[in-house]
Amino acid sequence: MSTNQQTGTFDRGDEHRSSLSQGANYAVERARPGLPSTSAKRLAKGLGWFSIGLGLAELLAPRAIASISGVSNKHTGLIRLYGLREIAAGVTIFAQEKPTEGVWSRVVGDALDLTSLGVAATNPEAKLGRVAFATANVLAVTVLDVICAMQLSSGSNQGIHAQGTCIVNLPPEEVYSFWRDFQNLPRFMRHLDSVVDMGDGRSRWKAKGPAGMEVEWDATIIADVPNEVITWRSLEGSDVDNAGAVRFERATGGRGTIIKVNLEYMPVGGVIGSTFAKLFGEEPEQQLDDDLRRFKQVLEVGEVVVSDATLLGTGYMAQRPGQPAAPEELEGADMLPSETATNYGSEGRYTER
Amino acid sequence: MRANCWYGKTMLSVEDVPDPQILNQRDAIVKISSTAICGSDLHLYNGFIPTMQRGDILGHEFMGEVVEVGREVRNLTVGDRIVVPFPIACGSCFFCKEELFSLCENTNPNAWMAEKAFGHAGAGIFGYSHLTGGYAGGQAEYARVPFADVGPIKVPDYLSDEQVLFLSDIFPTGYMGAEMCDITPGDTIAIWGCGPVGQFSIRSAFLLGAERVIAIDQVPERLRMAEQGGAETINYEEQNVYEALMEMTGGRGPDACIDDVGMEAHAPGIIFAYDRVKQAMMLETDRPHALREAIMCCRNGGVISVIGVYGGFIDKFPIGSVMQRGLTIKTGQAHVQRYTRPLLQMIENGDIDPSFVVTHRMSLEDAPHAYDIFKNKQDNCIKVVLKPDWDGNEGAGAKDDSYTVVH
Repeated sequence: MSTNQQTGTFDRGDEHRSSLSQGANYAVERARPGLPSTSAKRLAKGLGWFSIGLGLAELLAPRAIASISGVSNKHTGLIRLYGLREIAAGVTIFAQEKPTEGVWSRVVGDALDLTSLGVAATNPEAKLGRVAFATANVLAVTVLDVICAMQLSSGSNQGIHAQGTCIVNLPPEEVYSFWRDFQNLPRFMRHLDSVVDMGDGRSRWKAKGPAGMEVEWDATIIADVPNEVITWRSLEGSDVDNAGAVRFERATGGRGTIIKVNLEYMPVGGVIGSTFAKLFGEEPEQQLDDDLRRFKQVLEVGEVVVSDATLLGTGYMAQRPGQPAAPEELEGADMLPSETATNYGSEGRYTER
Repeated sequence: MRANCWYGKTMLSVEDVPDPQILNQRDAIVKISSTAICGSDLHLYNGFIPTMQRGDILGHEFMGEVVEVGREVRNLTVGDRIVVPFPIACGSCFFCKEELFSLCENTNPNAWMAEKAFGHAGAGIFGYSHLTGGYAGGQAEYARVPFADVGPIKVPDYLSDEQVLFLSDIFPTGYMGAEMCDITPGDTIAIWGCGPVGQFSIRSAFLLGAERVIAIDQVPERLRMAEQGGAETINYEEQNVYEALMEMTGGRGPDACIDDVGMEAHAPGIIFAYDRVKQAMMLETDRPHALREAIMCCRNGGVISVIGVYGGFIDKFPIGSVMQRGLTIKTGQAHVQRYTRPLLQMIENGDIDPSFVVTHRMSLEDAPHAYDIFKNKQDNCIKVVLKPDWDGNEGAGAKDDSYTVVH
């Protein structure tokens, strides 16, 4: 775990595997793996204050800044703009719980500053000694920025973590056994195509990845306490390394079962892939919430509930108008949830009084 | 089929759309015989409800004949004549088991939208924006009815459409507004708003044992209809509502107040201008004048029943008056499925004939005109029933002869 975290890279070595199974254990304990160290966060806060201080100085006293840096004082407008940029970076750092983007934006700013100082040095009015002094200072801060940004990023490279919860109006025994039969999972997990139980706690999973990619992995159960908890993780050679845990808790007063799910996975296509997926609305926590809402529907009413606007069920950002689809449109759609429905057996359905 | 589709603020179009099909196995398809325009449809028409999409079919008060059922619908058969409640309820979740049907957890596929707006999601509703599920509405020739084994109620043939149609919404809604008042014998109930729901609240309050009902509005024909239902009336354009109510109740105030108005309240003078400007500037989404006034008028320890529709945020809410005087506020979209059977029984017993509220009957094709006169309270319009198979022998916009204004 340690080596991966420091380099920020991801391989499928033993180190990593142990980190994922550890992830599953953390998940069971409802801890959140992969959080950046507090020192990186503290450093980020310091850089944030530095950004705001320097930004204010550039904004309010551009001539003084020009003089200290030895550059021509004709460019006060540009210096003021850079001041605004610094303040924006500072505000971003303080606005984020984990300010990875804020600190990376500082690195980009540093590059801009260094370029500008390089250009300024070619100006005959420039005082080269002062420009060199300013450049050295910016370089020193750049080193700090890069270290901090990489530390913050390495945390996120440990995988995507999602947690979600829902409550189902059935006792834990029924909810657990439905989930434990992994072949049921594709009925409510939108990205899963199939799960085949291979016996001995092993299963083969097929899913849709981003951009229509087909991904596949084998998984094994780590812990299985009937009616309480199931944890699993993927085996070596998986397209998507992942681990997960689902807990079942009896709700108070016989009001069904509270389900808590923790998932951790290495995004297909790495960090770039996951950023890309987020741009298209594939937010892991939202996805899990939607899956759990469908899970509840399948258990409580027998199938995924659809409306005219959301022909394929809950969680769809893209909405049709609220009017019936033409037969051609229905044929062109992915399989309707009702076509996979099987268990309408939930008792005490409200039909007669 | 033909359907009344929304295309923007006050822009409606009756046009050809595909026929609905069974999508879930607990669906039924209904051939609609009568469908009504609800006061809450005007909030959509006036563009105050977000998440509408061009082409959305409106309408959530409808009834008709079952023409197809999914294989899991065992209590209905083709040919049954049914009225469909406006909230869609699964019958299996915690809230349905508690008979809080409009809070069903399973019937809003766009629950994520509602959670962002309201914190939690309620049930899906026919033809009422994507926030409540994006279901096609019932101002059409046919409708798909999900959970047809839970919601619809079969109605006997000897009752006319207009006697049972309002079991879909406004009768249960008005009734629940009155029921939330916890009426005990001798109570005086004040009701803001004499639209169709207000009219049913007036009659329901009497059915539940109120001794006096005081109804507040400014539209003369609506006040007259309230008086026909046994209410005393206050025209807020002619009288100060607070002073009139205090005078009528010896300064104590009514035992309970019902807000049958909701988010688009009108009021005399500066307070209306204040709220309308804030609403236009998006500083508040709803104009809560009726609610504010109801709170200030209610007697100490009384009940405020909010059944008029609100959708967002309000301003200058007199929480001090509520707390200092021990008021109870009760609210909610009507749990229609809870009331359909007992209220049908009342209709069968002759305790009430809901058709009194109908002032206009016309073809589905005339829906845009109907919305226009309903919104602008033209032609003494109080309630419009649209008929997809209207034969037109009375001409579009025909007025009901059986309802005559008597004073």
